[in-house]
Amino acid sequence: MEFYRSHVLVCGGTPCVLEGCKGVRDALVAEVQRRGLEREVKVVETGCLGPCDLGPVIVVYPEGTLYQKVRVSDVPDIVEEHLLKGRVVARLVGEAPQAGVVKYEEPKYLGVQERIVLRNCGVIDPESIEEYIARDGYRALARCLTEMKPADVIEAVKKSGLVGRGGAAFPTGLKWSFTAKAGADQKYILCNADEGEPGTFKDRLILEGDPHSILEGMAIAGYAVGADKGFVYVRGEYVLSIERLGKAIEQARALGLLGQNVFGTGFSFDVEIRKGAGAYVCGEETALIESIEGKRGEPRVKPPYPGTEGLFGKPTVVNNVETLANIPPILLNGPEWFRRVGTERCPGTKVFTLTGDIKNKGLIEVPMGITLRRVVFEIGGGIPGGRGFKMAQTGGTSGGCLPKELLDVPMDYFTLPEHGSALGSGALLIMDDSHCIVDIARCFMEFFKHESCGKCTPCREGTARLYEIVDKIARGDGQPGDLELLEELGAAMQATSLCGLGQSAPVPIKTMLKYFRDEFHAHVHERLCPTGTCGI
Amino acid sequence: MERAAGDPGICSTRVSEILAKYSRRPDALVSILHDVQKEAGYVSEKAMTEIASELDIPVSKVYGVATFYTLFSTRPKGRYIVRVCENAPCHVRGARAVVEALERELGIPMGGTTSDGRFTLEYTSCLGVCGVAPAIMINEAVYGNLTPERVPLILKEYK
Repeated sequence: MEFYRSHVLVCGGTPCVLEGCKGVRDALVAEVQRRGLEREVKVVETGCLGPCDLGPVIVVYPEGTLYQKVRVSDVPDIVEEHLLKGRVVARLVGEAPQAGVVKYEEPKYLGVQERIVLRNCGVIDPESIEEYIARDGYRALARCLTEMKPADVIEAVKKSGLVGRGGAAFPTGLKWSFTAKAGADQKYILCNADEGEPGTFKDRLILEGDPHSILEGMAIAGYAVGADKGFVYVRGEYVLSIERLGKAIEQARALGLLGQNVFGTGFSFDVEIRKGAGAYVCGEETALIESIEGKRGEPRVKPPYPGTEGLFGKPTVVNNVETLANIPPILLNGPEWFRRVGTERCPGTKVFTLTGDIKNKGLIEVPMGITLRRVVFEIGGGIPGGRGFKMAQTGGTSGGCLPKELLDVPMDYFTLPEHGSALGSGALLIMDDSHCIVDIARCFMEFFKHESCGKCTPCREGTARLYEIVDKIARGDGQPGDLELLEELGAAMQATSLCGLGQSAPVPIKTMLKYFRDEFHAHVHERLCPTGTCGI
Repeated sequence: MERAAGDPGICSTRVSEILAKYSRRPDALVSILHDVQKEAGYVSEKAMTEIASELDIPVSKVYGVATFYTLFSTRPKGRYIVRVCENAPCHVRGARAVVEALERELGIPMGGTTSDGRFTLEYTSCLGVCGVAPAIMINEAVYGNLTPERVPLILKEYK
């Protein structure tokens, strides 16, 4: 192994790619060579570093200096000043504190964070299996196969208290145990990477930044339940995720970490990628299964649940990307280690994507149970442009909206529902006080009207009617009774829709009516928009 | 990726080759349609009929799947498909003004195709780059942090 005095990490996540990080990386490599530093300085393209709105982002180690919005034209300065002369290029460090340097590990970026899922994201080259292995990669799988019985693996996951991170929060160990118990000649592990919830891009960046952790998690699940075949169902739009995952599968096969007789133990497991084709509803597990079977992605009636009757009618575990990324560290370090973070009811961390009207946007991982206030104001840096915080939507478009009075609610899978919201996939959309509540509600409802698959009547008709009523209010044609009608319709949809789509579509509107009723009322009864932005 | 202008669709031999790649398995239908769409830019009636007959499933089933997913189209589209996200995170950051700029620059409404067959303008679901909202995707390239002013500059690369 070669040693370098400096490592330059170039963020290669999609947000940085589209700001031109590839050009910056190439320029760095060329400039380092031109200066004859290639034996001393290593340039590494990593997965997402987190601050997505500051791309392209690079971090220079061992100092940990974070440079933001780096252009190709900045590269000669970085190489000459920082890498050759040891002086920080002050104009690229953003809002520099007194020391003149923003360190990646300091509070703004990593100080409040706790990285389990993102342990390798932004640290290793995601296209190198050697770097993953150097960070204890595939050790958990080796331990499971050589030291643990399948039942012990399931027991450890149960004890950890891990619940599904796709949004439904079902206990992962329990889910595995159903499939383990089911008798069948063939079982499957599916990784749900059909991340379509607006505002969510964590799974994309986990797959781009640490694809092997998903493969290792799937293989462990396969061992635990007795499955030898896995599928990763990825959104068709996630071009880079598909590419990196494909490379990872080939590397793992080449080293015998996937395929026949893994670690010489007789255990076999292989993974295939299936591309989605643009249907939000396929994030629902049974719709996803239908899609892998080559059909329209329409949800099935449950029961039977996939655990006993899933893909091609066989017992199937469906786990979200983030859930699977938690698996190797849990088995390597033990359930107690995992439980030291987060809350009693909901151990571990949660990966959030911060978007909307907030200073620092991007990808973060924090202990479960952190308050919205800390995320928005400590990590997110607050609201830009001197505006005030109006609300945050948690859990994506199917989640609820929280007003400023609820900034101190602990965010976990069990507390948020008590306030009518949901943690969901971990999207946090922050909105400032310039926005009109009715205009935002219309935007949410338009989404569901489009994404309802049409299979069941409450969702097909309900999403269209919800949109019509909200649109009418936004145009100044609201009638007395409309708000009550929205609530009645929403309750009916929640009670009778076939899948999570129709059941959660009314959630945002219900919480908005609960916390911002005055504003709706003004639109309906006074034909007035208090913020003056919706064009009534 | 750019396709040849005036693309007539896809020839039977290619459809057959794609089907062979997936061993003519009906469960690979979504992957098969992906490949056809990528090469021809859309899934023609002829292609759907051929797929159905070779997989030994009804044409209505192939049509049902092809029209279910938004990434597939059963009609020809422009050479460059400009997909605009207007979901909440992009909406909050000003996607509406970007939509208006695109419609103005291209001279077509949402859902339309320019008369020279170069551009199709349509909405997309969340592109998963909300950290740099508002965002659009032109074929496979994503653009973020958009403003109405940046729209003409980006389109220029494709004109």
